Amino acid sequence: MSSFPLVALVGNPNAGKSALFNALTGARQKLGNYPGVTVERKAGRLSLPDGRPVELVDLPGTYSLAPTSPDEQVTRDFVLGKQQGEKLPDALVIVVDASNLDNHLRFALELIGLGLPTVVALNMVDLATRDGLELDARILSMELGVPVIPTVAVRKRGLDDLKAALETLLSSGATEIRPSAPPVSFEVVRKEARRIARIAIMRETASRRLTGAVDRVLLHPVAGFVILLALLFVMFQAVFSWAGPPADLLEGWVLALGAFITNTLPPGIVHDFLLQGVVGGVGAVVVFLPQILILFFFILMLEATGYMARAAFIMDALMARVGLSGRAFIPLLSSFACAVPGIMATRTISDPKDRLTTILIAPLMTCSARLPVYGLIIAAFIPARSVGPGIGLQGLVMFLLYVAGIVGAMLAAWALRLTVTKGQSSGFLMEMPKYQLPRAAGHTDRPVAARRDLPEARGHHHSGDQHCPVGAGQLPACARWRTAKRIFNRGADRRRHQRAGRADRFQPRHFAGTAAVHGGARSRRVGHRDGVCDRCRG
Amino acid sequence: MRLLSLPLRSPAYIDTVDWDALSPSEGQRLREFGVCEGASIEALHRGGLLGGGPIACRVGRMTVAMRRSHAAAIEVRTGPAPDDLPGNLAA
Repeated sequence: MSSFPLVALVGNPNAGKSALFNALTGARQKLGNYPGVTVERKAGRLSLPDGRPVELVDLPGTYSLAPTSPDEQVTRDFVLGKQQGEKLPDALVIVVDASNLDNHLRFALELIGLGLPTVVALNMVDLATRDGLELDARILSMELGVPVIPTVAVRKRGLDDLKAALETLLSSGATEIRPSAPPVSFEVVRKEARRIARIAIMRETASRRLTGAVDRVLLHPVAGFVILLALLFVMFQAVFSWAGPPADLLEGWVLALGAFITNTLPPGIVHDFLLQGVVGGVGAVVVFLPQILILFFFILMLEATGYMARAAFIMDALMARVGLSGRAFIPLLSSFACAVPGIMATRTISDPKDRLTTILIAPLMTCSARLPVYGLIIAAFIPARSVGPGIGLQGLVMFLLYVAGIVGAMLAAWALRLTVTKGQSSGFLMEMPKYQLPRAAGHTDRPVAARRDLPEARGHHHSGDQHCPVGAGQLPACARWRTAKRIFNRGADRRRHQRAGRADRFQPRHFAGTAAVHGGARSRRVGHRDGVCDRCRG
Repeated sequence: MRLLSLPLRSPAYIDTVDWDALSPSEGQRLREFGVCEGASIEALHRGGLLGGGPIACRVGRMTVAMRRSHAAAIEVRTGPAPDDLPGNLAA
């Protein structure tokens, strides 16, 4: 599709792939679909330190190259170069969760075995440290035979190193490519992964995680269920009450626009089209935009914090009764926002019968486009009085309408299970991710200037040089330059090499002094068992 | 002892897994989650209002939710995982 080098981001689910993708590509993303499946293709443009553009594709998270669901199939086909309409990736970025090394390394080894130029992003090293893990990326790199870059995607740490490593990979030229799944047994790979993880973990202290303590409450059979219901209730109550003022405001604008059209245009077909068609039609929907946005906000928050998996856990026993799994709860909850992404979310359900049932009942959930209708009917027929402290009758009726939708969907699922999708259901197996504080688009902890990739910041104020051309010394308060410089300073090695005119030989070896990484597929054949790379000596 | 009857929050390790009792895809997924002979395991939470709900376990460093039918196929022994078995990491 483009002539740029194609780099694929692969890894286990919950390894932080998407956060890394967002951090690397910023706003330059393109969403699409793989042909024939409802799997989203997320691609973005990334600039290497030397300015070359690269197309980065965020592949669906998977646990191994043996697919059990359509999106895992896409990942497998993509890295093997078999995905329809895609070329074989020029390089892979394998994302592993630093605190789940032994498990994620198994898949990483499988991927490295493909023989493509590869760099490993050792992600979430900060959370691993919080968990009492101390890792040595250098040892990991030696054992795996590929560069390993510690990163914290949500804090944008290690990204420059990662880009530099990619640059080295892509410049070193393609190695012998044998894109076929290696016939190594699962057990062998697993043992190897465990061995490497043990070597790379320098220190490990048992730590009681916050997640465990929170889960004791949120996963409690009684308390957890009550909290889930309360959360949903608050959510819908908020949709109704918070959206009031902005909706009134929008309504005022729509009316003003209508009045403006009436005053300026002569009566006739154009006047009627604009007033009754465009303003009347679009305006009626736009008024409900605040409600839709608030609902989407809540659903995204639940997803980002890791609560969605808990909700699935709590609901599994109930869902099992109508022949579904707790996994179906997430697509169904998303269907409250819109059935289309809800149905798309069913791709994570591996069992085809489970998936079909979920797809069929998803449209029965009250989607946000039905919200205007509910709102209209409630406003017309239900008086706005209070039935208790903080509980409005209108909000309560809204809640009950949603419940009616859920009950209807459950009945439909039960009926479908007896007829169309008869058979054994697949059960419920799911990883419970750690709780996380959601971040707005993954980059809120940096000043605005830093959100740009470095080459752009450089282009603005210091074209490849150390000094701000706008006036060295004259503009000490240039915040943008200061920020750019701060990022730049972290690449101490890079600068040193650049100053010495050896930018081509730059190897990233910073990041808290732990990573000495020698990029390039060739490094596999470079002797650096004794701790020092031959290429550095020479 | 079956994982199903393992008391909550008492460290144990996996003795044997009855892979035949699981469907191939379930078995594969469990393996991918790190379930294997010798891996340390700890039952953390039981779900479901009236019982019969799923079980959340810590396997290695991962928290995994599974149904009771899966847990019934996993035979565990209490105590820390022995060092010589390959599954041990978080002991």
